[in-house]
Amino acid sequence: MKQKLTIKNTTQEKRCFKYRLVTIGVGAIILIGLLFIRLVYLQIDQHYYYQTLSDKNKIDLVPIPPRRGIIYDRHGEILAKNIAVFSLVVIPDRAKHLKKSLEALRTIIPISPADLEEFDEQLKEHRRFDEIPLKIELSDKEVARFAINRYRFPGFFVKAELIRNYPLGQAFAHVVGYVGRINIVELDQIDTSNYAGTNFIGKVGIEKYYEPQLHGKVGYKKIETDAAGHIIRTLEMNSSESGSDLYLTIDSKLQLVAEQALGDERGAVVAIQPSTGQVLVLASKPSYDPNLFVTGISNQDYQTLQNNEAHPLFNRTVRGLYAPGSTIKPFIALEGLNSQVVTPAEKIFDPGWYRVPNTEHVFHDWKKGGHGWVNISKAIIESCDTFFFNLAYQLGIGRIDYILDLFGFGKMTGIDINEELVGNIPTPEWKMRYVGLPWYTGDTVLCAIGQSYVQVTPLQLAVATATLANRGEILTPYLLYALKRTHHPVAKQLPILKDKLLFDQSEWDIVVKAMSLVTRLGTGYHFGRTSYTVAAKTGTAQVVSRRFKEDENVPYKLRPDSWFIAFAPVNHPKIAIAVLTEHSDSAPIVARKVLDYYLLKEM
Amino acid sequence: MNLIYFIQQKFQKRPSDRQRRTLLQVLHLDAWLLGGIATLAFFGLFILYSASNQQLSVVLQQVAHLMFAALVLFILAQIPPHIYRQWTPGIFAIGLFMLIVVLIVGHVGKGAQRWLPLGIFNFQPSELMKLAVPMMLSWYYAERRLPPNMTDLAISAGIIFVPAFLTAIEPDFGTAFVIIVGGGCVLLFAGIRWRFILLVFLLLLIAAPIIWHSLHAYQQIRILTFINPERAPLGAGYHIIQSKIAVGSGGFFGKGWLKGTQSHLHFLPEHSTDFIFAVIAEELGLFGSIILLMIYVFITARCFYIAYVGQDTYERLLSSGLTLTFFLSAFLNIGMVCGVLPVVGLPLPLVSYGGTSMVTTMAAFGILMAIHMHKKLWEK
Repeated sequence: MKQKLTIKNTTQEKRCFKYRLVTIGVGAIILIGLLFIRLVYLQIDQHYYYQTLSDKNKIDLVPIPPRRGIIYDRHGEILAKNIAVFSLVVIPDRAKHLKKSLEALRTIIPISPADLEEFDEQLKEHRRFDEIPLKIELSDKEVARFAINRYRFPGFFVKAELIRNYPLGQAFAHVVGYVGRINIVELDQIDTSNYAGTNFIGKVGIEKYYEPQLHGKVGYKKIETDAAGHIIRTLEMNSSESGSDLYLTIDSKLQLVAEQALGDERGAVVAIQPSTGQVLVLASKPSYDPNLFVTGISNQDYQTLQNNEAHPLFNRTVRGLYAPGSTIKPFIALEGLNSQVVTPAEKIFDPGWYRVPNTEHVFHDWKKGGHGWVNISKAIIESCDTFFFNLAYQLGIGRIDYILDLFGFGKMTGIDINEELVGNIPTPEWKMRYVGLPWYTGDTVLCAIGQSYVQVTPLQLAVATATLANRGEILTPYLLYALKRTHHPVAKQLPILKDKLLFDQSEWDIVVKAMSLVTRLGTGYHFGRTSYTVAAKTGTAQVVSRRFKEDENVPYKLRPDSWFIAFAPVNHPKIAIAVLTEHSDSAPIVARKVLDYYLLKEM
Repeated sequence: MNLIYFIQQKFQKRPSDRQRRTLLQVLHLDAWLLGGIATLAFFGLFILYSASNQQLSVVLQQVAHLMFAALVLFILAQIPPHIYRQWTPGIFAIGLFMLIVVLIVGHVGKGAQRWLPLGIFNFQPSELMKLAVPMMLSWYYAERRLPPNMTDLAISAGIIFVPAFLTAIEPDFGTAFVIIVGGGCVLLFAGIRWRFILLVFLLLLIAAPIIWHSLHAYQQIRILTFINPERAPLGAGYHIIQSKIAVGSGGFFGKGWLKGTQSHLHFLPEHSTDFIFAVIAEELGLFGSIILLMIYVFITARCFYIAYVGQDTYERLLSSGLTLTFFLSAFLNIGMVCGVLPVVGLPLPLVSYGGTSMVTTMAAFGILMAIHMHKKLWEK
């Protein structure tokens, strides 16, 4: 090394060093200042945010799903209950190699492609840390097999779960409805926190209508966990509140009788207690097994139900729209008397046909050759069309619509299930709008025998029959008999008087008297003799607007529907009933069986 | 009592007392520095008790580390600076030799060869290099004219990067980094030109891709997650996220000693070692953190004073270099815990659990005390 480089200027070096030292010292203070700013930012400015994260780290809220309320009939027969089943659930976030684990799992527990498909769908709809059911209703053997292999499947759990069960199956499917897995649309509508830990929700029927009451209130367990998710301790416990138990107005025995009476027929039976509006029977045939829907119906099963031409999923009692046929006549007759268009004694001659005045249009009575001289009572008893053609002509469509509206046709009855349809009471405006044709007098005339565009549901007709039985008191039909909340006394549902129709007592008397003779002297002879008094009216609703010859072999689909409405006993009615059988004439026989069971068993 | 007596002496110093020497002076211990170190060490034990989930055995182990480190400090303080200067080339050569030996026969620990079994305790030559490199540079510049020229810098680079490289291939990225920082600190005080520093930075920037590819996968991940911790909230980013939660949830006064949930429920990894500052910040809050920072500032300031009054270039460069290294270690660790710097695996000096780095740090303080307490009558 060169000599000159080693010559050191000590003083200069010392000064230079001290200058550096001060500079770096200042630099160090700046660095400390930066740390200070960072700490203030994290610990003061962002404190709340990190505090929340820290709490979230250690505190877990575990929902305790409530027990769903049990559904009974009015006598305490169980219609819907909960049974414990073991199901396999997955938390995707905790599962390592979800696909591989699923493959490996299938060697231990058989998982159907349908389950996998459902699982994949649920996977898309849920968040990664939600529990997703993979297989429901594991057998004891499968539970045991999974238990010994558990360590191989992180993120997979066996969960004991209560699922819905309908012990009486199809007979009550259309009333009680069913629950099913919560879908994405429902997820938007419900309070998700109250459904934490619950997989099922009411889909139709009572299960849907009373969902809030049946569901109950979710409980929570606040637990402290460590980083591995182990529970350190329970901090807080908020028990769930079980859903309310419901007692329905349905008489399950009577409903089963109705079911059996219908047999293989397609049809509906609605029975109402006139004094209260309680629905005793709400039966629709054919039906389906609601248990299929609980754990998710397979596509194939669903297609079978959907494509069945008898439409088992279709609730005929509240959604079936039928022409009421002659069952509408007592109501028209009431309006005729009330508006004094006819008097009780007034008679007309029925030659078997009716010509609309000033036109060429001729309408035939159902009875060839006619009924002869007919007053209003006979017209009801024998269901004389000609008499009512004439009455309708004189009343005009306005008055007919008015009386039908008063009796609740074309409107919701207000029953406590959601599926109800309103039917139709045609008006000239309605026809113009939906059919595109002007109203003809012929339409008015046909309305009087319940044809043309009149459409009613069996429930509406049952309510109207109960109104006749009550002589004008309209009670809203209802299915909820009583409700039992946990730790609360049973709360009974009170009847709701919707309206009171004010007709003269004599007018009621004439119509009721006539109806009480229908089964003995008139069209209701199929019903037969009974030990109790019964007021009834038959009806035949044509499916096509042509009449068939007596000996003609009519194709099933074109055969007319048959109606039978009745209430009994006549003076103190205990039951009002509307029976419809599609493409068949057995409605009176079905009604007879139901009334017999109800009245004779009770007497 | 001695300390109080000493402080009284210091303030009531009268000419007649000049000849009388206190016990600490006899033992060649600087009271201010010793006080700062002791405070920091006690602070460390206090928080370690909590960080270790109240395992007394861990604390006692750390006390043992501290006692051993204090012994090293005491012994090193007795050696006059000129001896250090004489021995410097020898120490450096031995250190280098041992680094090579470690690479060949080193005991495998934690997936890296860094330990040399030496009877009762393991010895890490790379730790020795943390001291030997600044000593070697100080020794070199004590003879040279300052500020350094290009030849000096080339030689300095060799002194720094040969041991750093040997350490890095063990691989011990953290220690290699500290060696480079330590060497760099000495160069900074030696008067290296600012524009040269700028040049090095530019070169580093250019070399970055090459360095990147030579890094271990876990080191690459650390840097990536530093840039964006959320990219792997349960993987490599977990450390940083949990550490920030711990710090942030502490607030001003903290959750209270022994009441930190992040560490006690094991959300915070390595809470006794590299991430112990997060425990301080969580349990003692901003308040405790500032106290800790103040202790570091105090120790650094005292050491800079020692460097300021150093009697020759060797003393000045060595003491200032060691001090800045100590300060930067603390800064880098806290910066890492706060999520402003990448996770490089540096302990918090004198606080983190562990004996190795503690002994090295205390040894450095021993040298600083030796420098300060062996004043010659004249200055060079």
